[in-house]
Amino acid sequence: MNHTGKTDISHDTLLSAYRRMKTIRAFENRLHEDFKAGIVPGFTHLYAGQEAVAVGICSHLTDQDQIASTHRGHGHCIAKGVDVMAMMKEIHGRQGGICKGKGGSMHIADLSKGMLGANGILGAGAPLACGAALADKLEGKGHVAVVFGGDGGVNEGAVLESMNLASVWKLPLMFVVENNGYAQSTPQHRTTSVSSYEDRARGFGMPAVTVDGLDFFAVYRAAGELIARMRAGGGPVLLECRTVRFYGHFEGDTQRYRPAGDVKNAWEERDCLRRFARTSGLSPAELEAVDRDVEQLVDASVQEALKAPHPALNELHDGVYVSY
Amino acid sequence: MTRHISLKSAITEALDQEMARDPKLLIFGQDTAGGVDAGGETDTWGGVLGVTRGLYTRHGDRVIDAPPTEMAYVGAAVGAALSGFPVVAEVPFIDFMGVCFDQLLSQAAKMRYMFGGTAEIPLVVRTMVGAGINGAAQHSQMLTAMFTHIPGLKVVCPSTPHDAKGLMIEAIRDRGPVIFCEPKYLYETTGPVAEAPYAIPFGQAHLAREGRDVSIVTYGPMVPRALEAATRLAETGIETEVIDLRTLSPLDIATVLKSVQKTGRLVAADEAHPRCNMATDIVARVTGQCFTSLKSAPQMVSAPHTPVPFSPVLEKAYIPGAEQIMAAVTRTMS
Repeated sequence: MNHTGKTDISHDTLLSAYRRMKTIRAFENRLHEDFKAGIVPGFTHLYAGQEAVAVGICSHLTDQDQIASTHRGHGHCIAKGVDVMAMMKEIHGRQGGICKGKGGSMHIADLSKGMLGANGILGAGAPLACGAALADKLEGKGHVAVVFGGDGGVNEGAVLESMNLASVWKLPLMFVVENNGYAQSTPQHRTTSVSSYEDRARGFGMPAVTVDGLDFFAVYRAAGELIARMRAGGGPVLLECRTVRFYGHFEGDTQRYRPAGDVKNAWEERDCLRRFARTSGLSPAELEAVDRDVEQLVDASVQEALKAPHPALNELHDGVYVSY
Repeated sequence: MTRHISLKSAITEALDQEMARDPKLLIFGQDTAGGVDAGGETDTWGGVLGVTRGLYTRHGDRVIDAPPTEMAYVGAAVGAALSGFPVVAEVPFIDFMGVCFDQLLSQAAKMRYMFGGTAEIPLVVRTMVGAGINGAAQHSQMLTAMFTHIPGLKVVCPSTPHDAKGLMIEAIRDRGPVIFCEPKYLYETTGPVAEAPYAIPFGQAHLAREGRDVSIVTYGPMVPRALEAATRLAETGIETEVIDLRTLSPLDIATVLKSVQKTGRLVAADEAHPRCNMATDIVARVTGQCFTSLKSAPQMVSAPHTPVPFSPVLEKAYIPGAEQIMAAVTRTMS
């Protein structure tokens, strides 16, 4: 699908999209530095490079539309409107974290925003999203669900079963394949039997579209058409976004498996944010104002997170219905 | 009004009454509606042994046939429950849980905790447990302890039609995920069941028989075997108390401790394999909490550490019965 031009997108939408994409980038860049500095517990998977995908899609969603995310979920959360301060506290495991510090980077969820959770289990979000989409269909208010997956994870049986279920039940569910070329370190051609995920979708009787995931406008328009189709009762769809991962699978991954120069090239030549800035028509002053705001927000989120108390020890036992 | 109906019918009645009460409640699983759109008669199956038969006719499209893909539809049940639609999902045999385990182990069970207490998952997963119908190794297991082990799940296993109905209604009204284990060997057992809906609270064991000498603690398909053992032991002058746990998580350990403090002797019985099952759990808890009340070493009765064999002769030898319970009681008395 070829999309050029931007005249159909309002100025406010463009500014808001830029703000969210930039927030994701700044959030992830900061985590990269802070993880290296040893002040972030656990492990984390950064979304930098893929911002146009999450934001291009979630720009069409309301809080009543639900998404299911992956282990690389910070971008989906921010795109869906989850509070950045509470996210940073969560990633630092502190009080005031969006999950009270009990979920961490891989389990950030905000049900009030329609964010059903990042997920530490590959492909596991797809069945959950089927259920969310079933609820949407039964409510009949035109709400939809979106499940994100990577080029490796979408080979999970859970995803393939869900594609069949969504088609059989005609659910308003969009399967998004974020094809960044790598399942951890394994290249896409070694994990997936087809070169285009559209072929997968065809096998399940589902319409599918492939777009350049570095082009916000291409993602935004394709997602808009597919989501409108779902809201009108058209059943499930698949959207493959060809994108790039700036950082390693997890922080600490040196990415020596990538071809020489590939990572440098990604940062310099395949940056969805720079491309957006070049083509959006927003003025340099507008972009710089957002950049300043976002840097301050992310910096404040880290300061707040590091100041926040750790969870009280009695919270260890909360949330399991039964204690022994 | 109270009638005598089967354990299976008691579950059907609970589902039917709750579907009528809650217009958002959904039921889905394999063949749940059973035969809809197949070209012949409608609503002929109702799950593999017919528990949901008739519900499609009465409640329509809220009773949904799922493809035989447990991972997808159990996960969809979790997602729908999380989105405000309570669901009763059926995994025909607990043996099939391997196919969808992640959606219960790492999704449903974890969400409330790892999302900071915000998630409600009004989900019941119905599944058949236990041996005795020549189902062989993949249709006969008693995997209740595996689910009891997992924080964030509740586990129920009734032994009577009365309890099956009341516990199912409680499970549906509960706001968290419940694994509802149905002993298929007892499906046709009949007993008194009130027609009006009623709920039996979780975590309340049932004193199935009173006695002064030995406490037999068990649940599910082992309860009638324990009661048979108790009747035969009474003929020899040994009075046993039989405690039916009814819910494995939450666990009513207080009733167990009270009984052991009275009798001083314990037999814990579970149809599961002998390692890390409900019997080992009960014995560990009792010895830890009222050791000085014990007059003899607690005894355990379990199935052997083997898959369930097909041969009816071997299967009979596999299933722990009244004889093994009586022998265990005798050991506590010697």
